[in-house]
Amino acid sequence: MTSAADKVLPYDEVSAAYDPVLGLEVHVELGTATKMFCGCSTVFGAEPNTQTCPVCLGLPGSLPVVNAMAIESAIRIGLALNCQIATWCRFARKNYFYPDMPKNFQTSQYDEPICFDGYLDVDVDTAEGRRTVRVEIERAHMEEDTGKTLHHGGATGRIHGADYSLVDYNRAGIPLIEIVTKPVPGAGKFAPEVARAYVTALRETLRSLEVSDLKMEQGSMRCDVNLSLRAAPEAPLGTRTETKNDNSLRSIERAVRYEMTRQGAVLSEGGSVLQETRHWHEDTGITTSGRVKSDADDYRYFPEPDLLPIAPSPEWVEQLRATLPESPAVVRARTQVAWGISDFDMLAVTSAGALELVTATVAAGADQAAARKWWLGELARVANERSVELADLAITPADVAEVESLVVSGTLNDTLARQVIEGVLAGEGTPSEVVAARGLAVVRDDAPLLAAIDEALASQPDVAEKIRGGKVAAAGAIVGAVMKATRGQADAARVRELILQRIPPPPDP
Amino acid sequence: MAEPAPISISRDEVAHLAHLARIDLDDDALEHYAEQLGVILGAVAEVAQVAAADVPATSHPLPMLNVFRDDVVSPCLSAEQALSGAPAVEDHRFRVPRILDVE
Amino acid sequence: MSEDLTRWDAATTASAVAAGKVSAVEVTLAHLDRIASVDDRVHAFLHVDTGGALAAAGAVDKARADGERLGPLAGVPLALKDIVATEGVPTTCGSRILEGWRPPYDATITTRLKDGGVVILGKTNMDEFAMGSSTEHSAFGPTHNPWDLDRIPGGSGGGSAAALAAFEAPLAIGTDTGGSIRQPAAVTGTVGVKPTYGGVSRYGIVALASSLDQVGPCARTVLDAALLHTVIGGHDPRDSTSIASPLPDLVGAARRADVRGMRIAVVRELGGEGYQAGVRQRFDEAVEAFATLGAEIVEVSCPHFPYALAAYYLILPSECSSNLARFDGMRYGLRVAGDDDPSVEQVMGRTRAAGFGAEATRRIILGTYALSAGYYDAYYGQAQKVRTLIQRDFAAAFEQADVLISPTAPTTAFKLGEKLDDPLAMYLNDVATIPCNLAGNPGMSLPVGLAPEDGLPVGLQIMAPAMADDRLYNVGAALEAVLLDRWGGPLLEEVPSL
Repeated sequence: MTSAADKVLPYDEVSAAYDPVLGLEVHVELGTATKMFCGCSTVFGAEPNTQTCPVCLGLPGSLPVVNAMAIESAIRIGLALNCQIATWCRFARKNYFYPDMPKNFQTSQYDEPICFDGYLDVDVDTAEGRRTVRVEIERAHMEEDTGKTLHHGGATGRIHGADYSLVDYNRAGIPLIEIVTKPVPGAGKFAPEVARAYVTALRETLRSLEVSDLKMEQGSMRCDVNLSLRAAPEAPLGTRTETKNDNSLRSIERAVRYEMTRQGAVLSEGGSVLQETRHWHEDTGITTSGRVKSDADDYRYFPEPDLLPIAPSPEWVEQLRATLPESPAVVRARTQVAWGISDFDMLAVTSAGALELVTATVAAGADQAAARKWWLGELARVANERSVELADLAITPADVAEVESLVVSGTLNDTLARQVIEGVLAGEGTPSEVVAARGLAVVRDDAPLLAAIDEALASQPDVAEKIRGGKVAAAGAIVGAVMKATRGQADAARVRELILQRIPPPPDP
Repeated sequence: MAEPAPISISRDEVAHLAHLARIDLDDDALEHYAEQLGVILGAVAEVAQVAAADVPATSHPLPMLNVFRDDVVSPCLSAEQALSGAPAVEDHRFRVPRILDVE
Repeated sequence: MSEDLTRWDAATTASAVAAGKVSAVEVTLAHLDRIASVDDRVHAFLHVDTGGALAAAGAVDKARADGERLGPLAGVPLALKDIVATEGVPTTCGSRILEGWRPPYDATITTRLKDGGVVILGKTNMDEFAMGSSTEHSAFGPTHNPWDLDRIPGGSGGGSAAALAAFEAPLAIGTDTGGSIRQPAAVTGTVGVKPTYGGVSRYGIVALASSLDQVGPCARTVLDAALLHTVIGGHDPRDSTSIASPLPDLVGAARRADVRGMRIAVVRELGGEGYQAGVRQRFDEAVEAFATLGAEIVEVSCPHFPYALAAYYLILPSECSSNLARFDGMRYGLRVAGDDDPSVEQVMGRTRAAGFGAEATRRIILGTYALSAGYYDAYYGQAQKVRTLIQRDFAAAFEQADVLISPTAPTTAFKLGEKLDDPLAMYLNDVATIPCNLAGNPGMSLPVGLAPEDGLPVGLQIMAPAMADDRLYNVGAALEAVLLDRWGGPLLEEVPSL
């Protein structure tokens, strides 16, 4: 199990010598109000074991009933991923024992997934420019989530060496969609970027459908990456590993990069890659071996006898298709033209997950450049600091547009605007309310400014001399002092003007 | 099920099945079940000869489809009720022995 | 009342309670007394809920006193098979692995019984998780047949059937996966019905084989069974496999009892060789009785029925190996750990080894095998195809007849211990009842007399098309009436006093 000994090759060597093949399995928790097979609430963060019932606890005698909304979401996801929708499919039982699974089988889909044979076109921006990769989707199927296990005792608090574990079944039975790609060849040295770009594009697509909250850090979107290396694109596929616990976009990219260098080292020494599950460690930046699952080859799937087949009618599917939003790629292209910005600037918006926010801010009246500046600047900085998504910040696009309009009208300068945003984020109200409550408007009256200027000049007598001597730049020190004295509420340009009226510099020679 | 020939099932095969089914069986029990399973399988093996390839499978006695539930929250059990039958409880969670494998 | 209330049928008791001739509490006490005096020998009950029963009876009496309208079986005691979840009342399925478990919820039928004022006396003995035909596979000791205490009461629902035959209850609930209602009814001289699959909710019934299991009524008369079926049946949104359309008029059919002009078919493959002579004799007499009642008797062939047993013993273990996986000592029931700091996997293995009996273990292993990669197509997959062939046989037969009939079981009650470690011999008891479970259509067993050679009850099985359960009650009641005339009273009057 120890991984300290895993050798790695330099990335450039690996990507020159081997052709990587990716495969991605993404689990998405659907944002339904209730679980897949019972009426228990799915709200995140409830007290342990308070969102369970006989069905999701797997109590003897209980029976599942399918949540119609979960089926609709699954079909909409399939349609958005250009999949075929099954005309007839079933749930199956996947049998294996594990304490987080109340029935010791998972109700899933096996050889009859509800969606299959789709694709997603993914824009990948690399050092060599943008390329579009078509990632083929093998299937998207429905299943139920497991409970959550805490490991107690032992030295590390991790599963190995734990004395015992505690299980909370609130999450058990929450509907999941598992989206599985076909093997993705041809990514070459950009495999890590392709993996990340696929998950980014998938998330964007799913977000537009409003079927899940897609929070990787809370586990409502989870990604496993399959990776194998082969000597050349014509060679048969190599042995793959499946890396779990890639719970951010960045870690997906890093995990792929690491696995390539690790597998490359094994192969270059004439060894063979072990087919296994590996775990990504964000802190150390490596993967370690999980178990080689002993039961994995024999899940004894069979059709779930407590549920009936699902046969979506063509009318139903078409009705759901009509509810699909425009595809994010189309929206992106159209928006980029409308804003007249470069690929580079657009990528900055999309990779920050800010397209919808910026668009909404523009719709609320802000200029597109200003909207981008706020979301990608100050707000991105705060989100990063707090390790949350932009969309999770307690500020709306309308708020941002209002801040910008106050700047445009001259009520706020940049410094004050940042303070207003801080107030909104702290829950102090709308931007106007924060301006009023904190008394943040720019000072328009010259009298208090002149008083502050006189005070500053008195305390720094040499400055006046310098200005009179022609060193106009020295006025900066007084401007700074005045800004400080007015807690940033002065208009710096006006202050400068007033200083130079007070102490006229010598006329230009 | 007349005069069937037993199918040979080895002790090791039964041991593998017992492991998959998480039932600890001792050697005597493995021998005993291996013998009985062989007899039973011999008796039921005739199903393989009856149905032609073109006969569809029936997994469910009634031809019903598309039975769904509206996405409406219904009351849950209390944590106390949920945990009422548990052999061991800690912090409102089910306490289970140490887990060796990572799923 | 000087009369013995335990001898009354349910319909009589219900109208007496409704009319105020007797109180529900009196009726309940009479049955609790009867249980106290005979159940040490019969062992029909695993748990008697004296407090709950008297409280329920008291509530019925109060409702009547308040002028509320009572359900058709209000105040009638009932014995509930211990596979049905009852909130706060032990539910063991005859297994050590669930010993002491008190469910935090009621099965749908438990709720319907309670709402209907039916008085649940307690929980009855059964083969562990309903696997068996003798009730000897109960972890808590066998039930004895009131006709001969050295004999089995059938299974898996031997406790429910024995409770009826021993006059411990006029009504009982059974579950029937391959004959567990009908075969015990046959060997105890009582009436048992396996409804159409989906006709009665399975929610809260601990699953054995989900695609075969069906809950049903057990009683001493056909009419009582119809009344009970009506109380528990009908659509339940908690069971996806529950039929949405309303039940046919079962009570009306039982009261009609008229087979004139109907075509009743004897199934050629269910009879003859392997069937006890006295069973065949009483069956043949019943066929003649149908003819005298004005039915047309025909013979049909169901060529795939001989393969039903083999298909059944693949499908059932497969589904049961998965359904019973949840009993692992983590969330409820037995946990066997040990002081060697075992892992979760070891504790599961030890718990299940200690908690399951031999028959459960055998079927779990068999099912694990049949579902395994490489064997699935040859076993489970093929068995599902045979299921299709059995359905086709039924469809063809019902083109020629309104109902099919056969002996319910090949023999009368055998001796305790006789077939205990011979699974194949035990499985043969279900040869005539299994086709209905595979196809999903309903079946009834009712008594047709005692076999001359051993003086033990013989059952006749009536099979109807899916959702035509009313035909069972019509045809069964017609035969019951003519036999009662012939016998000069109920067959159960012949049960030795205990």
